[in-house]
Amino acid sequence: MTDPTNKLPSGRTRIDSLEMRGITKRFPGVLASDHVDFDVQSGEVHALLGENGAGKSTLMKILYGLYHPDEGEVLLNGKPVSIASPNDSINLGIGMIHQHFMLVPSLTIAENVALGLPSSRGLLTDLDQVSKRIVELADIYGLRIDPSLYVWQLSVGQQQRVEIIKALYRGAALLILDEPTAVLTPQEVDELFVIMRQMVKDGHALIFISHKLHEVVEISNRVTVLRDGRKIGTRPTSEITKQDLANWMVGREVGFAPDRGNVECGEARLELKNVSCGSDRGTPGLRGVSMEVCSGEILGIAGVSGNGQRELAETIAGLRKVIGGQVILEGKDVTGLSPAALTDRMLSYIPEERMRDGVIKEFTVAENMILREHEKMPYSRMGFLNLGEISRHADELIKKFQVKTPSRETHAKNLSGGNIQKVVLAREIYRTPRVIIAAQPTRGLDIGATEYVRERLLEQRRNGVAIMLISEDLDEILALSDRIAVLYEGRIMDIVPREQATPQKLGLLMAGVHLEENASVVK
Amino acid sequence: MRQRFETLIDALLPVIATLAALAVGALMLLALKVNPIEAYAALWDGAFGSTNALAETLVKATPLLLVALGICISFRGDVINIGGEGQMIIGAVLATWVGLTFTGLPGWLVITLAMVAGFTGGAVWGGVPGVLKAYFNVNEILSTVMMNAIAVQLMNFLLRGPMIDPSQAQLASKIPQTARLEDAFHLARLAPTRLHLGALIAVILAILVYILLWRTTLGFRIRAVGQSPFASRYAGIKVPRYMVLALLLSGAFAGLAGAVQVYGVNYRMITDGSASGFTGSAGFNGIVAALFGQLHPLWSIPASILFGALLVGANSMQRMVQVPSALITVLNGLVVVFVVSSEIWRRRRQRRRMAAAPEAESPSKPDQAQVRKEAKS
Repeated sequence: MTDPTNKLPSGRTRIDSLEMRGITKRFPGVLASDHVDFDVQSGEVHALLGENGAGKSTLMKILYGLYHPDEGEVLLNGKPVSIASPNDSINLGIGMIHQHFMLVPSLTIAENVALGLPSSRGLLTDLDQVSKRIVELADIYGLRIDPSLYVWQLSVGQQQRVEIIKALYRGAALLILDEPTAVLTPQEVDELFVIMRQMVKDGHALIFISHKLHEVVEISNRVTVLRDGRKIGTRPTSEITKQDLANWMVGREVGFAPDRGNVECGEARLELKNVSCGSDRGTPGLRGVSMEVCSGEILGIAGVSGNGQRELAETIAGLRKVIGGQVILEGKDVTGLSPAALTDRMLSYIPEERMRDGVIKEFTVAENMILREHEKMPYSRMGFLNLGEISRHADELIKKFQVKTPSRETHAKNLSGGNIQKVVLAREIYRTPRVIIAAQPTRGLDIGATEYVRERLLEQRRNGVAIMLISEDLDEILALSDRIAVLYEGRIMDIVPREQATPQKLGLLMAGVHLEENASVVK
Repeated sequence: MRQRFETLIDALLPVIATLAALAVGALMLLALKVNPIEAYAALWDGAFGSTNALAETLVKATPLLLVALGICISFRGDVINIGGEGQMIIGAVLATWVGLTFTGLPGWLVITLAMVAGFTGGAVWGGVPGVLKAYFNVNEILSTVMMNAIAVQLMNFLLRGPMIDPSQAQLASKIPQTARLEDAFHLARLAPTRLHLGALIAVILAILVYILLWRTTLGFRIRAVGQSPFASRYAGIKVPRYMVLALLLSGAFAGLAGAVQVYGVNYRMITDGSASGFTGSAGFNGIVAALFGQLHPLWSIPASILFGALLVGANSMQRMVQVPSALITVLNGLVVVFVVSSEIWRRRRQRRRMAAAPEAESPSKPDQAQVRKEAKS
């Protein structure tokens, strides 16, 4: 950390300190950032923690030159600098790893890194030199990467490393990591942390954005909590507990372990028998999946994104064609039935992409509340909508499900993510379903909304509903599920009772590694 | 406060755009050494200056409104109908055939049948591209335009052959037109002008379309499919079916416009070989009127009247200040360009405002504008 040459292993000059002072950013009607001070030093991981809408993204977008602050200044090594565009920030040695990777799958790693940079040979490419440099950087930081591989061949964790290489190649001395662990398996998270520790040791400054408390506690040196655009405080991580952080973030006491209660598992409500289907890319999506979900049970579906979760949910909901096998709902074969028919059989579905599939953004809250049952009594009669009943219904659900909305006539697009999910939840739960498919029900929600959604799902479980919970958040799976099935490449690796499940065990299954005891069962 | 100001601007945008178009038009008039004030006075006078002028404006506005109502439905369902011209023609042909065939029946019955025929003809002409789009993924913009070409040639063929006026059939220089409809079949006049019952029908239908779109499950579904086919499909709506219905209804209203033109104004069909020779381009101008009316059936009423007024007033301007008729077309075109681009500008502004607000929805996903910005840098 006290390297006298002031150079990083990559050859770039170190950023000793970066300070943001009194950063204020107003958007129409919202104060997104209210006189926030934030600083990061060479050789530390500074975690930025906060709920959605707390102002983390705004602050980082200002640092990366995507937004311009209304007030405040940025000081680099004590000198004020102006960052008008991402170009400026890159030139200053600031790099950002976005949560959603900015990579072209059909290009190689070297080509992706070279993309947008001038070539040292003018009009000709200099990919051999780029590759050489990538190998150098990969060696220094222990990234283990072959620059001639295509990005589509890489796992999510490897793609993230490409993003890191890309930033280092462009000379980043300070890296902003925007929720880097959200898409990783527990093992991959550990590997990322190893890389991060190495970088910090070499003198880089890292900003780590997350809302996973245990990760923040594990990796960061200091932590700053934002709430409603204001800074709540900055503390050395060693001096603070997870519980304190959570309370800081939310501004009130947060319960960690949801009350599951004891529920007897009843009859099988939903059965899949050897179900296969295709994916959007034409490759197999599910390859012979069999499982059952019982009344009063939450079956968790764990897995790394893209291993068939979406296909599984859509197949059951009648949105995807079944190639082989049977879907059985309450003893009746419903394979190939339309979404409307499944709605009538009391299947509820909380879709993964709530903004795209769950609500119609340009429709009002009231209209979204009846999206599924608009043609049924009492919401309509003889083809005419019963506006009075629709309004009454909307008001009831808004109250019952604590949807924060200016009115029932507000367009869904103007609601926050958590409240949109409440609208979906209200619609899907109010109809007293027999089976619920919940796909990533808390993704992108803040702690308060997450807690609310989970509590409602558990309540449904207590009412005897059969629930399939598809989630990439392992903590969520572990907290809510009675049994856990792991999907890998469209197959069920194993179904583990909750008592026997550990993150390590699930992580191995998620990575496609068979556990010894059932290695003989599945080839 | 600022919010209210922005809403006001959005609402007045079409009016501002129209004024801007007229301002550019004024520069052109100046270039032609014509006093723009005088010219626009003539335009106003021609459109609204007398009972007769007003009636003519409304007569022109009627087919525009009917087409616009259909456009409101299809655009709300996110299907683009550029086939109004063809749909008008087919509607008119069928309606004319009814009037020339059932000569013995009472007037009210024939008129009713003819309107139904016009409605049906347009529905078929709109429904075909609808089916092609919904089930075979054929771009509806292309197919509706192509259907226009087919309709024109079909009209030309019928009016020169099977449906030609028997009195013309004898002559050496055959005018391609049908026989005149019996007087009993003409739509009633509303005043001692050319204003006819069709205008009233159009206004009533505007109210009905409003009810259809916002008070019925059918309208709910068409709007849902238009806004988000994904969410609609998930909610159990058969998306392709409502795409077809939206285009079919859109065509039906255009077909009705064609029928109303024949029974209210011309009393026969006559062709100069082009589509606009019969429609007066109402099939296209109706789209503009609908967009001008923010795709709202009730707002489409004043929008149609405005464009009707421009058409009628332009003629009088041509007579009074001797500007070439091409300038009138240019002026119409200018209004269209300004209105449409102001709409695009409004949307972009809205999107920018949305992007600027801290992401309410999914903060993890960088929005498109930023991705582009980063890609550029």
